Amino acid sequence: MSDAHAIRLENVSKSFGNQQVLQEVSFAVDRGTACCVLGRSGTGKSVTLKLLIGLLKPDHGNIFVEDQEITHLTEVELAAARKRIGFLFQNAALFDSISVGENVAFPLRRHTTNSDQEVRERATEKLVAVGLQKDYEKMPADLSGGMRKRAGLARALALDPSILLVDEPSAGLDPITTAEIDNLLMQLKTTQGTSLVVVTHNMPSARRISDKLIVLDQGSIIAEGTVEELERSDNAVVTEFMKSSQGG
Amino acid sequence: MSPSLTAPVQQFFSWFGSVSLFGLRAIRDAFRRPLETREILRQLYEIGWRSAPLVTVSGLAIGVVLSMHTRSTMERFGAEAMIPTALAIALFSETGPLLTALLVAGRVGAGIGAELGGMRVTEQIDALESLAVNSFKYLAVTRVIACIIALPILTTIMNSAGILGGFFAEKVISNISLQLYLNRAFSNIGFVDYIPPTAKTMVFGFLIGTVSSYLGYNTTGGSEGIGRASTRSVVFSSILLIVTNVLLVRSIFFFFPRGN
Repeated sequence: MSDAHAIRLENVSKSFGNQQVLQEVSFAVDRGTACCVLGRSGTGKSVTLKLLIGLLKPDHGNIFVEDQEITHLTEVELAAARKRIGFLFQNAALFDSISVGENVAFPLRRHTTNSDQEVRERATEKLVAVGLQKDYEKMPADLSGGMRKRAGLARALALDPSILLVDEPSAGLDPITTAEIDNLLMQLKTTQGTSLVVVTHNMPSARRISDKLIVLDQGSIIAEGTVEELERSDNAVVTEFMKSSQGG
Repeated sequence: MSPSLTAPVQQFFSWFGSVSLFGLRAIRDAFRRPLETREILRQLYEIGWRSAPLVTVSGLAIGVVLSMHTRSTMERFGAEAMIPTALAIALFSETGPLLTALLVAGRVGAGIGAELGGMRVTEQIDALESLAVNSFKYLAVTRVIACIIALPILTTIMNSAGILGGFFAEKVISNISLQLYLNRAFSNIGFVDYIPPTAKTMVFGFLIGTVSSYLGYNTTGGSEGIGRASTRSVVFSSILLIVTNVLLVRSIFFFFPRGN
């Protein structure tokens, strides 16, 4: 049964000082599916993503990535696990001292034995896939918000990860660019079978992408299911979120 | 001691302990694979090569000024011939190493603090980790190593420029030839005058690299935090350099006694 899960959290809690951010959170994401984590700001959505890639350690609980428990891994083992996971940061987090193309090439140069030309070709392929084929030599500072996000996506996909974690893909973007990013994510899922965990508070976007929704509130999961299932929820927070999808 | 006094003392020792652990971890990780040679070379270029013009110009000016001061003193005793020697000893044993370190702390320390601070605040350090790269090794260890390697080289440049500056000053006043000036400058310079003071700048490099990397790597609080990290990198590095220099000079005198 667990073989079908790309990601599984079991009773995960996390606090910072006196502030409890996540309390006994458990959920699983099936392989090749997209799960959107919804919730108001400060409910622990981004913390959940950082736990999934080992940037933060839970206070207690277990986190499985493709059946490998990652909370007790050594640095080397964790690095190996991270090669299977792509992470698109909210502000893309591109390395601003190197070009867009070299950002995408960076993980390839670090983790493959490909020649310089092969690396450049593969980085260019990834940039073509996100519509930035002409921007290899540009510096990150020269890109718009949407382009930065697409470049960040290309870098996250450089090693062809089986799992992609996405933090607020629509934050600060106009509806058209948001839809473009959503389409790229859906393409990944359908054509490459990539498992997606997308943190967002944009309900129209979540509706487009997800096979399953999880709603977090005050560090706990208050609802979990498909869009249709959540539309039938009588929880006030969930209802508010579902209402916000009308316009999208 | 009152609580209002103990809190800052505790804070200081806590900070000092954290920086020390950071530095020790940097030394340990420097010998672990991957060695990050390419990044070390890039940092050597940034820290070493790009500091060379500043160090050269400063060295020339300091050489001129030291020469003028030395002349005004030596003239009283009719010992003008000793000016190059006195200048060389002053430069090699103390002025060159310490001034180079302070200049590098100002230029490079602020740069490292601001660069790593910016990377922390904009999640670039998290991005490195997410790409299965050890960010500590890639960012901090490489800078610490580059500082350790660059400082003795920059000190040698500073010393050479200082000697040259001293020569220019003497040439104008006494029309001395370069060969005679250099002969006099190096006639009383031995191993103890040059190697230990230059080698101690490796410790200075370690301090600058460690303190500024620590402050940048652990930046919090947005753009204000970046500014704070940058300023503190210079201030704390400079204070540590000056205090550590006292201990190092004492150690050099202990291990390499002179005048016996």
